[in-house]
Amino acid sequence: MQLLVCGGTGCQASASATIVDKLNESLKAHGLTEDAQVVITGCFGFCEKGPIVKVIPDNTFYTQVTPEDAEEIVAEHILKGRRVSRLLYEDPETKEHVSDSKHMGFYQKQMRIALRNCGFIDPENIDEYIARDGYSALAQVITELTPDQAIDMLKQSGLRGRGGAGFPAGLKWEFTKNYTADQKYVVCNADEGDPGAFMDRSILEGDPNSVIEAMAICGYCIGANKGVVYIRAEYPLAIHRLQVAIEQANEYGLLGKNILGTDFSFEMELRYGAGAFVCGEETALIASMEGGRGEPNFKPPFPAESGYNKKPTCVNNVETFANVPVIYLKGPEWFSSIGTEKSKGTKVFALAGKINNVGLIEVPMGITLREIIFEIGGGIKDGKKFKAVQTGGPSGGCLTEKDLDTPIDFDSLLAAGSMMGSGGMIVMDEDDCMVSIAKFYLEFIVEESCGKCTPCRVGNKRMLETLEKICGGKGDMEDLDNLRNMAHVIRDTSLCGLGQTSPNPVLSTLDNFYDEYVAHVKDKKCEAKQCKALATYTIIPEACTGCTVCARNCPTDAITGERRQPHFINQDLCIRCGVCYTKCKFNAILVQ
Amino acid sequence: MTKIKSLDELRQKKQQLEQSLEIREKSDHPESMIQIKVAMATCGIAAGARTVMNALVEKIRNEKIPAVVTQTGCMGYCYAEPTIEVKKPGQDPVVFSYVDVKKAEEIIDKYIRNNELIDGILPANYQTI
Repeated sequence: MQLLVCGGTGCQASASATIVDKLNESLKAHGLTEDAQVVITGCFGFCEKGPIVKVIPDNTFYTQVTPEDAEEIVAEHILKGRRVSRLLYEDPETKEHVSDSKHMGFYQKQMRIALRNCGFIDPENIDEYIARDGYSALAQVITELTPDQAIDMLKQSGLRGRGGAGFPAGLKWEFTKNYTADQKYVVCNADEGDPGAFMDRSILEGDPNSVIEAMAICGYCIGANKGVVYIRAEYPLAIHRLQVAIEQANEYGLLGKNILGTDFSFEMELRYGAGAFVCGEETALIASMEGGRGEPNFKPPFPAESGYNKKPTCVNNVETFANVPVIYLKGPEWFSSIGTEKSKGTKVFALAGKINNVGLIEVPMGITLREIIFEIGGGIKDGKKFKAVQTGGPSGGCLTEKDLDTPIDFDSLLAAGSMMGSGGMIVMDEDDCMVSIAKFYLEFIVEESCGKCTPCRVGNKRMLETLEKICGGKGDMEDLDNLRNMAHVIRDTSLCGLGQTSPNPVLSTLDNFYDEYVAHVKDKKCEAKQCKALATYTIIPEACTGCTVCARNCPTDAITGERRQPHFINQDLCIRCGVCYTKCKFNAILVQ
Repeated sequence: MTKIKSLDELRQKKQQLEQSLEIREKSDHPESMIQIKVAMATCGIAAGARTVMNALVEKIRNEKIPAVVTQTGCMGYCYAEPTIEVKKPGQDPVVFSYVDVKKAEEIIDKYIRNNELIDGILPANYQTI
């Protein structure tokens, strides 16, 4: 038997490393070390219910395991064969325990290609990767195919870049191959920066070898013998596992000189980013790799012509690379049979926000948002009403009820006013104020703008000020037109992708939630009660018991009233801090 | 670690390593596999179920039989331990009684391979829902 314990960053933060130790201790105490082994794997995706422990071969899926549960799992399940039902997943609708991940709504609609080994193999053991056909694709490509044939296969598969823009990966490889130079580079963009997104980190933590293998394949195709992974320093676990994988691949001779007895040589190294969002843009990334400031440059020349060290460079995202080996193993026809007409394969999303099953999911292109949110995601938290879903991070937009049944792919999301982005997906409910959401993303952009071009540096700051004015109750209708004008100028005149897409959260909320903006500026009302400056706090006399808690906590002494008599808020003194609302035990404070 | 020098060597390596992951591969597709459940409650273990289970696992691995062995709790046939239940895809499960290592091998050779019924089958006294 085997016990697979999730070793992703999320589960490790919830003490999964201690769980591993405790499981090993218990196995030893029961004399079961021969019969059962503990294996640390990558992310299972169901982060909401982590830490996860999966027992093989009966495929039992334990959720929210604590170190104290280890002994019970060993004594009951491993020794006596009885599942520990209190640790099983409970179906939120039927309230029944589900023992097997195959029967959980969260997994049923998923299709795992990029995450094929995540949560299945031990990422720090290259043997387990090889046992799952690892490095077979590289071996086949370099011994049986010419670079042109290999690139053709990738083009046929229809794989598009998973970093956000969706540029065909095969074309990118072909462009880079077509430039002649004494040195070329393969670069993996692991500078994942969208708020709430952790797809790339999970792939690198769960299956680092798939990325290394794909980079070597890319190197063979474009004629490069050096690969560099640009990864943010905030991902220490991913860095560690990449280093282990590179070391093991070198020891096996799957990286290095004359791989598998061919003329092809490929070396890999890591470069650490300091966590600047703009460095996810490929020209800024290259500038940072060279030791310069992380600022973008004008394209053309594209990196395919003049990139890292002014040499032809092919930059692909982590998830793009993770798809590559399978395409060669199973064939481009297999890959292109999945997905929609123009977007093939699957996409990994980091599902977050007001949703029951927060986690990492991989779904075929063409699935609807409704399936993702209500079937995989298990619906909105606390039975609240769905309001919007934000895709594509700060470059994307908010989609609403009307878009729920659109099959999603690169093009349909663009048409709906958002974008695929790298795969962040944040769900919002009726309690979220869309003006505040737009403001949140702009705050992020203002913080992360590199400042090189004026529209992005100054324009976004002015937009943020306007939004702050609106949320502060001082906006007027003219501000809404101004926002739209500024958004269009920033979009059309910014230097790089960061600036060009930065107005999207504002534009899409203006389009989809115009009434909410109008309510903020005309009626000075915030429906979701998020904009404190727009709220009025009053006391419901029938509910007030006169306990005086609110009056004693009010920082401006705006609340008056006799003990055991209904109290009263003086609106002229009230600064709308909300303390009375949080302190009242009798729900007597009304927020409007 | 020794270097892998050719495509053939990589393939050989893969074949050697495959077995270590077999248990996980199989558990991913339990419905298409023959499922063998070994009753491993306290009485089953006391009667020798663990030895039987290890023998089953070994034989299945060596002879590459598409089956997955799992342990389960008390099946209720305390008088006939160790008991194992074999479920072929699309067929009703069959429970065998008094299974020792020899009997376990016989079950694989006769029932699993050739669909021959052998002595010691217990009548099903329950339905699972």
